Amino acid sequence: MAFFGMDCGPRKKKERELERTLRANDREYNLSFRYATNAIKTSKYNVFTFLPLNLFEQFQRIANAYFLILLLLQLLPAISSLSWFTTVVPLVLVLSVTAAKDAMDDINRHRSDNQVNNRKVTVLIGGELRSEKWMNVQVGDIIKLENNQFVTADLLLLSSSEPLNLVYIETAELDGETNLKVKQALTVTGDLGDDIHSLAAFSGKVCCEPPNNRLDRFTGTLTNAGQKYSLDNHRVLLRGCTLRNTDWCFGLVLFGGPETKLMKNCGKTTFKRTSVDRLMNILVLCIFGFLAGMCTILAFGNGIWEQRWGLDFTVFLPREDGVNAPFSAFLTFWSYVIILNTVVPISLYVSMEVIRLGNSFYIDWDRKMYHTQSDTPAEARTTTLNEELGQIKYIFSDKTGTLTQNIMTFNKCSINGKTYGDVIDYTGQRLEINEYTETVDWSFNHLADQSFSFHDHSLVEAVKLDSPEVHSFFRLLSLCHTVMAEEKREGELLYQAQSPDEGALVTAARNFGFVFRSRTPESVTIVEMGKQRTYDLLAILDFNNVRKRMSVIVRSPEGKLYLYCKGADTIIYERLHPSCNKLMDLTTEHLNEYAGEGLRTLVLAHKELGEEYFNEWQQRHHEASTTLEDREEKLDLLYEEIERDLVLLGATAIEDKLQDGVPQTIEQLARADIKIWVLTGDKQETAENIGYSCNMLREEMDGIFSISANNPEDVRKELRNALSTMKPDAEEEENIFMPSTTLGGKSKVVHDEEVTGEYGLVINGHSLAYALESSMELLFLRAACLCRTVICCRVTPLQKAQVVELVKKYKQAVTLAIGDGANDVSMIKAAHIGVGISGQEGMQAVLSSDYSFAQFRFLERLLLVHGRWSYLRMCKFLRYFFYKNFTFTFVHFWYAFFCGFSAQTVYDEWFITLYNLVYTALPVLGMSLFDQDVNDIWSFQHPKLYIPGQLNQYFSKTAFFKCALHSVYSSLVLFFIPYLAVCDTVRNDGKDIADYQSFALLTQTCLVVTVCIQLGLDMTYWTAVNQLFVWGSLAMYFIVTFAMYSTGMYLAAPASFAFIGTARNSLNQPNVWLTIVLTSILCVLPVVAYRFLLIQLCPTINDKVMFHVRQTKAVPPTPKRRARIRLTSSRRSGYAFSHAQGYGDLVTSNRFLRRPAITPSNAFTPLGRITGFSPMGRSAGYSPTEHAQNSKSKCVQATSLQKYTDF
Amino acid sequence: MMASSYNAKEEDGHVAVAGGGTIKNKKPDNTAFKQQRLPAWQPILTAGTVLPAFFVIGLIFIPIGIGLYVTSNNIKEFEIDYTGTDISSPCFNCSQSFSWNSTRPCICVLPFTLEQPFESKVYMYYGLSNFYQNHRRYVKSRDDSQLNGDINSLKNPTKECEPYARNEKVPIAPCGAIANSMFNDTLDLYYIDPNGTRIQIPLTKTGIAWQSDMNVKFRNPGSNTNLTAAFQGTSKPINWHKPVYELDTNPQNNGFINEDFIVWMRTAALPTFRKLYRIIDKKNHMTPTLPRGNYTLEVTYNYPVRSFEGKKRVILSTISWMGGKNPFLGIAYITVGSVCFFLGVVLLIIHHKYGSRNNSADIPN
Repeated sequence: MAFFGMDCGPRKKKERELERTLRANDREYNLSFRYATNAIKTSKYNVFTFLPLNLFEQFQRIANAYFLILLLLQLLPAISSLSWFTTVVPLVLVLSVTAAKDAMDDINRHRSDNQVNNRKVTVLIGGELRSEKWMNVQVGDIIKLENNQFVTADLLLLSSSEPLNLVYIETAELDGETNLKVKQALTVTGDLGDDIHSLAAFSGKVCCEPPNNRLDRFTGTLTNAGQKYSLDNHRVLLRGCTLRNTDWCFGLVLFGGPETKLMKNCGKTTFKRTSVDRLMNILVLCIFGFLAGMCTILAFGNGIWEQRWGLDFTVFLPREDGVNAPFSAFLTFWSYVIILNTVVPISLYVSMEVIRLGNSFYIDWDRKMYHTQSDTPAEARTTTLNEELGQIKYIFSDKTGTLTQNIMTFNKCSINGKTYGDVIDYTGQRLEINEYTETVDWSFNHLADQSFSFHDHSLVEAVKLDSPEVHSFFRLLSLCHTVMAEEKREGELLYQAQSPDEGALVTAARNFGFVFRSRTPESVTIVEMGKQRTYDLLAILDFNNVRKRMSVIVRSPEGKLYLYCKGADTIIYERLHPSCNKLMDLTTEHLNEYAGEGLRTLVLAHKELGEEYFNEWQQRHHEASTTLEDREEKLDLLYEEIERDLVLLGATAIEDKLQDGVPQTIEQLARADIKIWVLTGDKQETAENIGYSCNMLREEMDGIFSISANNPEDVRKELRNALSTMKPDAEEEENIFMPSTTLGGKSKVVHDEEVTGEYGLVINGHSLAYALESSMELLFLRAACLCRTVICCRVTPLQKAQVVELVKKYKQAVTLAIGDGANDVSMIKAAHIGVGISGQEGMQAVLSSDYSFAQFRFLERLLLVHGRWSYLRMCKFLRYFFYKNFTFTFVHFWYAFFCGFSAQTVYDEWFITLYNLVYTALPVLGMSLFDQDVNDIWSFQHPKLYIPGQLNQYFSKTAFFKCALHSVYSSLVLFFIPYLAVCDTVRNDGKDIADYQSFALLTQTCLVVTVCIQLGLDMTYWTAVNQLFVWGSLAMYFIVTFAMYSTGMYLAAPASFAFIGTARNSLNQPNVWLTIVLTSILCVLPVVAYRFLLIQLCPTINDKVMFHVRQTKAVPPTPKRRARIRLTSSRRSGYAFSHAQGYGDLVTSNRFLRRPAITPSNAFTPLGRITGFSPMGRSAGYSPTEHAQNSKSKCVQATSLQKYTDF
Repeated sequence: MMASSYNAKEEDGHVAVAGGGTIKNKKPDNTAFKQQRLPAWQPILTAGTVLPAFFVIGLIFIPIGIGLYVTSNNIKEFEIDYTGTDISSPCFNCSQSFSWNSTRPCICVLPFTLEQPFESKVYMYYGLSNFYQNHRRYVKSRDDSQLNGDINSLKNPTKECEPYARNEKVPIAPCGAIANSMFNDTLDLYYIDPNGTRIQIPLTKTGIAWQSDMNVKFRNPGSNTNLTAAFQGTSKPINWHKPVYELDTNPQNNGFINEDFIVWMRTAALPTFRKLYRIIDKKNHMTPTLPRGNYTLEVTYNYPVRSFEGKKRVILSTISWMGGKNPFLGIAYITVGSVCFFLGVVLLIIHHKYGSRNNSADIPN
């Protein structure tokens, strides 16, 4: 992000700093260390260094260096077979285009540097506050930050406006997390407050670690007034963060500019190359070998010729001094290297870049990948990977925020055997719910959350009718949870839920008239149908993974004791009172229905407790919770004891809202033979649930393997089991490698195995850790790759990357990783292509991605349309480009046999110079920017069109070889037809036509016409621009040719334009034109016949679709918006708890701190992110805090934000 | 069959806000170019286009080929080799006794008979084979500036002319290997009357070079009037017998603009070539230019080709609208046309047998 100058340029190395010492308010002292100031410089060049530096960089590229060497060769008169300008003109052109691009980039960097450097901040200088530019801030300065300001440099927090010297910061720019984090100043400095005088007098000395890139660590000491205080990460504000909910704070600059952790962190992102690039590298090597081969043959030819004929021909053509036949052969070798250099054309690389850039722009411009709600267009952040998008075989997707919106909505419920939530019309038909369906009016309840929508009016009616079961149901929801409420203004409630499911349930209860209002450690206050009631909270029987339920015991204002419990159906059912059996059956029916729709369910139950029993239980509970041994077990037993004979109330169904169109997208991608693996930090149940609702896992699958063992042996056994179920005759591991054909000792590649039937694999983080060990990774990979769907849950970011690396290592396949959070960065960087979901949580994923857009569903368009076209275009381009240059070059080869192997060119030197740059550049560029076989809608209709890309079918070594053969044929025709047509003949006025210049003109005209026709054959999409380019280039050829062969040019430079009059004299000859027609027809005829035969005999999918499109001649059927996929599933137990254990303690302990009310500020809100604090950023998924929770690490000043401070 | 598209509602441009304006948002423009919806012609290879194309090409090419072939066959051409490698050849002695320094020209006489009269204008060519006028070092061994009359280049020939740039410090004009190796045999043609008298056939020596070469590319230094003075201080090419300003007596055909010289300087593309030597104009409509009968060719043998196994020929030829005699184009057109037609038939059969089956087949999804 250039905003913070994160595009890092090279920095100068200076002496290694071992320790940093600085003194506050003492510039002189600090200057003596020559620490970096806060100015950043990410630009590479200035006006003077631009040319030398840029040229130096450019010549490090192998292609440019190659042409430089060619140029040097051409300067040697003995071997110079071409004039210098044939190389200089293209080289200069290429260099200047690249230089212009680099200059533009650098100007932009200068601009963003300037913008960042010139930001203003308040600095304490000489005892007063002054506004200074960021770049003038120096280490040791004390600066004042205000709310919503960016942190200027890495600061030691001194004091703040908030109690206990806390500040709240948002670190989205730094690590991608939007939730607020807390930093706290030392008390000794916090006491300084905002007293300018004492701050100015503060002269603490800081000794700390040298600049580094560890975001989560800081060590140092502060010495003030003889006292030493240790400093850690909690005291430090890092550049890149934003101050939130804090009026002001003062900080001491520790690291400035390039030495800040942010800048130290923006290390080089690995340079990604496409598989076409890699193939090209191999091909270019082959071409070099081939070139050397051709030159050697011709050099030998020259040697023989010189020996046999040249020796006698010295009468008319004496040899140069000291040149004998072998030496002449040697010189000829180099001469031919120069002539045949066009097999590796310099314009190839430039054109490839231009094409990729163009196709990237199409992605940026695509309105169908623009998200209106968040005003986010798709963005191609890398412009060099486009064609790879057309070859994706594996997609690794994050779940939360990518597949799902991370929004839970209370969708349905079953109360006392009656289901609510469906909209039913008067005929009893269930209606589809869409955005036009009438929603329930909450006007009866002034505390309702207006953003909550529900469509079934009957439930409201039931509430209003005072149905006791319905009331108990919602009362339970409003009491049994760990949510905390915040009421900034009367009636404006804000819930802070630890998991979004809970938030959804409590919000639902709130809207239906049971408003959870506030809580203390001992009580919960709710507003029941307008009446405020306070329940004593006697115990929270907290959730954990084994219990799969949570309960609260409360005393109602009337003095009755109740236990309210919610949990997974299987668990609760075991604990129900037998009297509920009938209701159980009904509810089970509803649960099945909900689960079938992919909803997450919870069963609710309650019971009244006897006073004596409870007192006795509480006594035992107290004892148990104070014992030191086996406390957990004892508590569990106690909980188990009290949670029985429950009375069933009903069930809730929560929808984990998928992003728009996710199931459809996944289905489309699956039809395109793309395998989707979900890698999520979530727990297994949640992930499986999403798997079902995304249609990735299906009831009718032949088998779903769940691997959740805790030791390597079991994991191995389970994997083996899965493998042998899917493929009983699976080969042994030794035989699964592909025969190594690639050059060099690259790692082995596992070939694709086929399996009948559809399988799914679900593996959790523990097992994955074992499965990724080197002894088991192959087994895991084989099993996983046989499955249609793979879901890995509870994985760490590192494991995400490992899984991607594993597939990359053993599969010759292109991978794509898509995610939205900081935890996805590693896999985004590891995969061939990384896609970031923008516009939601932090920017970190987007910043490290290659492509970004707002919605998962855009992936379909990115791959099936843009990717496919880019790949198609790039391959067409390469095939055509090689064809055109090989054809061009091979003619020289044939001519060598008729000119004594003397390295005489067939064409005019100007033609050689301009062929690639002027005559043939634009048509092929036009093709590779506009070509499409079928339009986007048809591409969606037939996702199978994507498969050739995965199999590298459009451009491979075979395709290249075919191109070369085609070129050999064309060049033979192009040389021998004109040769036979003009030899021993004359013009129709008796004069010469078989002279060198006429022959050159004839051949080059044939060549240009032929390659144009060939391009026409390859092009399937003739826009006006293409027509213009093709015809324009042909016209250009004739215009330029006539112009260069004109009298004027000759008189200006006789030596350079010796072809005077050739065009005029040749192109008026009928047999010249007859020859051109014959040659070009003969060149393309076999191609047309061959292609036609292929279409007739074994048409590809493309041919079929194109034919189909042609035949119907109709607009493709307008795609219908698909109904939500209804599942008829009997699956159960998709229970809704994305909880982490331990929240109960937090709620009941007295340790949470009320956050001061937010001072309304109209300060700017950067990037439209919500300033409000909401800790429900992520569910229990990847949360590095969980471990801290369990260990219950104590923080001195624990707050409700504790979870996030431990980051 | 389905396709998902959720964007119908997003298609309609800007978000309207109260006040009638529109929010400036980042939504890309809806232009056909940016959305890749440019109208286009999308040709594909179908039986309906390919097969007719083959038949049409066949039907056009075959008549053209026949026409070309007939035209080429109507051209009269007579060729006689006078290299003299064979002992029976009249020029054998000349070819054997060649020496660069000989002052006495060696003349040989070759009799020949034309079986058919040459009715129209006849062009007389000399042909050389195995002569690498297209060798790279040969081709570049010239100075176009000098030939264009540039005084400076006259005195300082370009390096490319080496080793024929200077003759003992004196610049050579015209310099270079091409000029140095100029063909210098003299060919005369005599008609032997039925009653035995030798009648010399008048040969026109102008109008044999390209107009552009004559008028633009080649120019004498200074004025054409006093070439001797203009070429003062230059040396003749080493192999030449006389300097460049004595090539002809006609001042319009002398020096660099001598047409024989210009023709030679237009180097051939291939090692076997012919160059226009003289034109035999038609006297009147009644008599053929060269009547049937006996002729003799008198060769002043100056040009050595034996060392590199070269051949020298004299060709007499009439021409047509398509140039000289060359049956290749006609044959090629007929062949290509027939192949096209044949391919068309084969493809038609294949299309009937397999094509419909494949195209109607379902597209896998």
